[in-house]
Amino acid sequence: MERDASLSELGDYITAAIPGTADVAEVTFGQLTLTCAAKDIVPVLTFLRDDANTLFKVLIDIAGVDWPERPNRFDVVYHLLSMGHNQRIRVKVEANDADPVPSVSGLFSAAGWFEREAWDMYGILFSGNPDLRRILTDYGFDGHPLRKDFPLTGHVEVRYDDEKKRVVYEPVSLTQDFRSFDFMSPWEGAQYILPGGQPDEDGGDTSKGDVKKP
Amino acid sequence: MAEVQVANYTINFGPQHPAAHGVLRLVLELDGEVVDRADPHIGLLHRGTEKLIEHKSYTQAIPYFDRLDYVSMMCQEHAFVLAAEKLLGMDVPPRGQYIRVLFSEITRILNHLLNITTHAMDVGAMTPVLWGFEQREILMEYYERVSGARMHANYFRVGGVHQDLPDGLADDMYEWAGKFPKFIDELETLLTENRIFKQRNVDIGVVSAEDAMDWGFTGVMLRGSNVPWDLRKSQPYEVYPELDFDIPVGKHGDCYDRYLCRIEEMHQSASLMRQCIEKMPDGPVIADDHKVVPPRRAEMKSSMEALIHHFKLHTEGFNVPEGEVYTAVEAPKGEFGVYLVSDGGSKPYRCKIRAPGFPHLQALEFLTKGHMLADIPAVIGSLDIVFGEVDR
Repeated sequence: MERDASLSELGDYITAAIPGTADVAEVTFGQLTLTCAAKDIVPVLTFLRDDANTLFKVLIDIAGVDWPERPNRFDVVYHLLSMGHNQRIRVKVEANDADPVPSVSGLFSAAGWFEREAWDMYGILFSGNPDLRRILTDYGFDGHPLRKDFPLTGHVEVRYDDEKKRVVYEPVSLTQDFRSFDFMSPWEGAQYILPGGQPDEDGGDTSKGDVKKP
Repeated sequence: MAEVQVANYTINFGPQHPAAHGVLRLVLELDGEVVDRADPHIGLLHRGTEKLIEHKSYTQAIPYFDRLDYVSMMCQEHAFVLAAEKLLGMDVPPRGQYIRVLFSEITRILNHLLNITTHAMDVGAMTPVLWGFEQREILMEYYERVSGARMHANYFRVGGVHQDLPDGLADDMYEWAGKFPKFIDELETLLTENRIFKQRNVDIGVVSAEDAMDWGFTGVMLRGSNVPWDLRKSQPYEVYPELDFDIPVGKHGDCYDRYLCRIEEMHQSASLMRQCIEKMPDGPVIADDHKVVPPRRAEMKSSMEALIHHFKLHTEGFNVPEGEVYTAVEAPKGEFGVYLVSDGGSKPYRCKIRAPGFPHLQALEFLTKGHMLADIPAVIGSLDIVFGEVDR
């Protein structure tokens, strides 16, 4: 709890030092999270890196998170580490698939590939990254696989074609339908009818069995 | 004679190259024999681990962590279970914590043995690999005795570890850890003062402390550059504060210093293994919260409640409170972190894996620019790259 107090002190210090940019600092699970606007990410991270009270000199990670129901569907989450003060901080900005987030590769050399990965997996654009190519997916890959609307099975599969003597790409064909079990059922109070059960009084949707097809 | 202008030469290093440590495709632009540009193409081993984890329950996600960096299996499970425990607010019984630390240190030795010896092979020494793998075989046997699998153990669970150590295992490990330092000394006679090994490694791939931080280096890559930073000391987890160990640091930040750091870390790990076994208390190895931890099988045969818990936990899994955490462990290669976002359901909403090898490999061009082509295997060897974690 002592640690939490020092973290919220640090959060207050940061929000006071750069007013108007980093507004919200909260401590959850003993970890400090700072929220700011995407356009302010470069000044905020510059401050965090260079200020004597923060010294977050190591960029640990950049992660994307997809929340499809939000207007700005992506979170870009920067994790920083301060070896001088032995602290960690998380900086979150919101993004969408049209407006680019300013790249921080000028501040941290490590950012280059992390941003490439976020672009590859989510389609988040980073303006100013000198080398924003795909990184983990196949050459010529289409789509951004970690988006929630991208199917787990993908869209194409590959096999070796003996006649053409090369590997060919084909649409995915599943011998069994992809199944996503909804286990929220009996334990939490199911919102739907189990197969073989009676429809509820207001004529609930019986098509949603315990086996959901995407 | 007038100097002839020669165009730069571009070659493909890998993806099938024995010194590429897996499936690294490296596009090299060479000016004569000097590296002008090195562009690593990664992702040839991409399996979509993070996507798969989003579709599995928390317990089912653990085996994927074995398969990331497939030579430091349990350390990665560790990062994930710590993240889930933090969200759940769970405590692990002391014996469980000691077993986890014990196996984390075994894993560190496993990893360093592989790295040092294959690194030596990349620069021309064949024998260390044969010696090192003999010891690795013994350690993997300990893995097998405790979990049933030599490599992909799936031994850590949210709340502790799956089972207690079988009879006699602790004694065998204690005895082995006592003999192991002598083996390290023998290994060192092959390498440390070896003229060829030093010629290939000293002053190769030098990285300063500032550059190492700028490139996001962690672990030995950072300590080799004289930065005393180890999460086991600076942000300790489990029972590390109760154990006595030192953190070796290098002075020059070259491949040779990183090798020396790894050698010393093996000594420290062997001593940590003995300390864990000595201090390990009796008691349960996994928490007693049956809303998260499935009941013992024997209990299930007589107790209705245990049977219900078992069925529930092995179908739906357990729900994890909403929130987000980042936990990191000092894996053998550096800081291995898991950023876990939960929406309150029984499957992770997002599980970002921070693999130490990813930023290390990113810096390959920075490390090798201006070096000779022959230095590239030495640098890749000392980066300690395993593609399972880089490509995820």
